[in-house]
Amino acid sequence: MTTQHTGPDVRPATSPDTAPDTAPDTTPAAGTRGTPSGRTAGAPVGSGARDGRPVLVADHVTRRFGDVVALDDVSLSVGAGELVGLLGPNGAGKSTLLSLISGQRRPDSGVVRLFGGDPRDARSRVGLGLTPQETGLPATLKVREVVDFVGGHYPDPVPTGELLAQFGLTDLAGRQTGAMSGGQKRRLAVALSLVGRPRVVLLDEPTTGLDVGARQALWDAIRAYHAGGGTVLLTSHYLEEVQALAQRVVVIDQGVVKADDSLDTILRRVSLRRVVVTSTADLAGRPGVVRADRLGDHRQELYTPDADALVRELVTSGVDFRDLEIRGASLEEAFEEMVARDTTTGGDAR
Amino acid sequence: MTATTTRGSGPASTSAAPGPARLTWLHLKYQFLETVRVPVAVLGNLLFPALAMFFFVVPQKEVAGDPVAATMAVASLGLFAICSASLFTYGLGVAEDRQLPFDPFLRSLPAGPAPRMVARVLNGGIFSLFGVVPLILIAWLFTDASVTFSQLLAGVGTVLLVSVPFVLLGMAIGYSLSAKAALPVVQVILFPLAFAGGLFLPPFLFPAWLDAISMATPTRAGRDLLVQALTGEPAYGLAWPVLVGWTVLFAVLAVGAYRRDEGRRFR
Repeated sequence: MTTQHTGPDVRPATSPDTAPDTAPDTTPAAGTRGTPSGRTAGAPVGSGARDGRPVLVADHVTRRFGDVVALDDVSLSVGAGELVGLLGPNGAGKSTLLSLISGQRRPDSGVVRLFGGDPRDARSRVGLGLTPQETGLPATLKVREVVDFVGGHYPDPVPTGELLAQFGLTDLAGRQTGAMSGGQKRRLAVALSLVGRPRVVLLDEPTTGLDVGARQALWDAIRAYHAGGGTVLLTSHYLEEVQALAQRVVVIDQGVVKADDSLDTILRRVSLRRVVVTSTADLAGRPGVVRADRLGDHRQELYTPDADALVRELVTSGVDFRDLEIRGASLEEAFEEMVARDTTTGGDAR
Repeated sequence: MTATTTRGSGPASTSAAPGPARLTWLHLKYQFLETVRVPVAVLGNLLFPALAMFFFVVPQKEVAGDPVAATMAVASLGLFAICSASLFTYGLGVAEDRQLPFDPFLRSLPAGPAPRMVARVLNGGIFSLFGVVPLILIAWLFTDASVTFSQLLAGVGTVLLVSVPFVLLGMAIGYSLSAKAALPVVQVILFPLAFAGGLFLPPFLFPAWLDAISMATPTRAGRDLLVQALTGEPAYGLAWPVLVGWTVLFAVLAVGAYRRDEGRRFR
């Protein structure tokens, strides 16, 4: 470990201002903002860098496939040492953005920079690691051979035995990748993204299809990489995963950046609070309730912009209720609200 | 997890990134391994020309019994083996590879197109040699074809050289088309080229106009150069320029197709 970044791990929970109702909530939905610097004071994220240098920049990037606009004037800047979650429903443009950053495609307009260079130039990609899709591993090659092969492209790869041991793949070294289980392939995919000791990794759905234990193990590996100073750009369908790992969240929908902020701010931007309560009376019509779901057995889930007012109202009205719970919105709810406003594809998110 | 930490200081590219020769060797090695682990594909390349030899050359006494004619027949079938292996392996194979999700991953590794392409060309040469081995054995055992050791060596060298333009043509097709489109295109190109090049019928049976066309094809140039290496019968004067010209053209097409290619195409 040659680099020591201090305090890489400011999780949302430890952030000083988590009191939900003090949220200023003034940040408008970011359409196509340039570098996010200067926002979110106090948070170590969203400012583009822990040490100032952006390692990855997309500047007003547009990319079309025929008539379909996959990315529409997208700007994004990721600083060294950030851990950014990229969220969006299927077809939102996440994969297209990753393919531009990794030099597989060229934008129709706008500029993409990786470590200050053109990602289509192989030399710019020496410090980049990314995951292959698990289904794409060459089936006839052995695990050890795939690692040797990919690692052979880098100046100072992690020794194959060491990498396999880290990811619990030592016993599989001599097996052809075609004979691996889905979870083993996922682990190999993430291991391959790190074999070249990259400064930036792009993780595309790193734990899709994994069980809880395997997912935790990979999360630990990603956190350890990040704690060592690495920069991570992560896409996931699992909002839970982004919530667990990312410090900064970028929401893309229909090729447009809908939001780009710290995880906290994104969560707070969802003005709705969730009040869960058991009552024999139907509370859906109470003032301030914008949405109500029945959870069964008289348990009701009420969404309201002002939970305090709703609770006061419930108490003073004398209606019979018990087991009151109030929760902030989860990232999933935040996400659904953001992408569901003008589209019906929000359901894809899971 | 210490091993996955980053080198914080300065771009890593300055510390002895693997050079082009090393990268080419890497791709050559693993492309070769990937191919030989599917023995059916390799066997197909070996068997087809060998069977053609048994059906079309061995039973014909006037060909099989004449040293020069038999050697020419072997050269023609050998070249056909090379053309078909190169066009199918690289036309269809590359098109299929491009549809695999591992392909965009490979393209994002820090290596330009050259190591992968050169490795493919070299592998094409290696598998061309494999395809020619059974032909040589059959010719030796069942016909009067005869070559000296130095002629055989010259023939092997020529086979490797002649395979280059066909591998490049295959790659140009593979990087331009989907696998479904590449298959008929390869067939449409291969058989007329083989026929016009005199690989099925010896060119001395051709009318003058067909012979003129024939001499402009890479197959005819390759065949005559191979015959020259094996029997000493001189090839026509333009054989080398024709072969080199096609090689340059196909190389340009292949590199252009690779550059334009961005993985799977969507409309």
